[in-house]
Parts: sequence; structure tokens; C-alpha cells
Amino acid sequence: MQAANTYEELSCQELVELVTDYLEDGLPDELRERFERHIAHCSGCTAYLEQMRATIRASGTLTPESLSPEAERALLDAFRGWKR
Amino acid sequence: MKVEEDRDERQLVAALRAGDEAAFRALIDRYHAMLVRVARMYVSTQAAAEEVAQETWLAVLEGIDRFEGRSSLKTWIFRILTNRAKTRGIREGRSLPFSSLERNEPAVEPERFTGGDHPWTGHWSAPPREFPEEQLLAGETRQVIAAAIAALPATQRAVISLRDVEGWSAEEVCNALTLSETNQRVLLHRARAAVRAALEKYLKEST
Repeated sequence: MQAANTYEELSCQELVELVTDYLEDGLPDELRERFERHIAHCSGCTAYLEQMRATIRASGTLTPESLSPEAERALLDAFRGWKR
Repeated sequence: MKVEEDRDERQLVAALRAGDEAAFRALIDRYHAMLVRVARMYVSTQAAAEEVAQETWLAVLEGIDRFEGRSSLKTWIFRILTNRAKTRGIREGRSLPFSSLERNEPAVEPERFTGGDHPWTGHWSAPPREFPEEQLLAGETRQVIAAAIAALPATQRAVISLRDVEGWSAEEVCNALTLSETNQRVLLHRARAAVRAALEKYLKEST
């Protein structure tokens, strides 16, 4: 996730490696500006960023993994044992 | 939300101290599956991860009287787990899971970009297209996402599950897993990139 050299614009290949930092608000100001400047003119990277946002949204609709009945039984037995 | 969560936690702690089974059940329903998944970052088998998670609950019960609420209950429980899983992993002779972080896998295959002989090196040669929203939320698409997450290395799987499926904040994940902010972000980046790639492949094939 190395930054490109300051004088050059970011390439698309560099930009995709910065997307998580960007979405996490973790880019230094100067790099964030270059990121946004690139996005403003690049439909491919705009689509990529949208895909990434959509991926995050869709992951959020998954049902969190639940406890198996066997594990629950074992844990409740342990709990009752502990209470005694 | 935050205030409610706090009140909910205080009630749970008080109930647990009083030996209330319903409170214990609520906690294991909420966290056990995730504890196992996090433990799997450090130990080599699913059975060992289950064991570590079970031991963690006993430690939680033993220690609940000493819980002072300086961190959230959730963070406290996951810290207990992480410490135990690490110890066990070391005993098993496993290296800590973050030693492999240096390997630099690209988020997108290099073939999707123009190469060195092109005047615009590193630009999309096969640009992505936005995902169609209605298909994105279809049941089958969600199975693709779940399968992509399940196929990730354990560390990435734990981080993306906590962040994007369970909705924890970056700070909560760092605290619970004793991860640095940078490592958390690298793991999240790799995990999301892999899930995105799986989605793209699936949606392209199905249209």
C-alpha cells in the first residue's frame, strides 16, 4: 500500500490499493486529495469504489454465524456446574 | 445506540454476577460463534478453537466479579479469548498469524491494468462496472459472499466478519484482537478485495 510519488497522479492500479484507507478515513490530506482528483475523472475507479461500497453493504446483510445447539448445551452445562 | 448498549451491558453484568442463566445464554448467543472464529486465527484446528472459546466462558464466569467496566464487556471477553488462544497457539508451535502480513498480494489482478509498454501504465484495461443493486441483495449473491468469507485465511476472516458482518468499529476490533490499526486495516483490505473479486466474478457470470 505504498504511496505513489508526490509529483505524479495516482494510477488506477495504485488507487485500488488505497480504497480501504480512503473508506476508513485513514489517508493523509495530500493523498486523499489526489485520490479524489483521480476518482473525479476516472469512471473505472469510480465503479471500483462503488463496487467496494456495495460489497461492504451486502456483507452487512449476512446473518451473523449462530451458536450450534451442541455448543449451547455444553456451555449451559458448564454454567450450571460453575454455579454449584 | 451507544448509551443503550452500555445500559444493556451493565444489566447483563449484574445478572451474570447473580448467577442468572438467561444472562449467560444471551451472552453465548451473541458472542460464542465469533469467539471460535477469532480463536481460529491462533490455533490449528476447529476443535482447539472451540475448546479455547469454552475455557474463555469459564474464565469470564470466574472473573466477572473483578470486571470493572473500564473496557466494554465485549472487549473484555474477547481479550480473554485472544490471550488464551495466543498462548495455546504458541504451545502448538504456531507462529503468530500476522507474520505473513508482509506478503503483498494485489487487490486486483495485474492483468486488469495496462502494462509497462503502455503510455498510461497502471490504468484499467478491463475496467469494473457497478454491481446491479437488485441482484446484490438476492439470496444466492449472499451465499457467494458467505462462501468467499469462509474461504479467507482465518485472520482476514475474523476481521471482515467483525467489521462488515457484525458491524464492529475499527477501534473495537483492534482492542478485542490486540491488533494495531495498520494490521487491522491491511487485513480488512485484503479480505474486502477478495470478497469484491468473488462478487464481480459471480455477477459477471450470471448476467
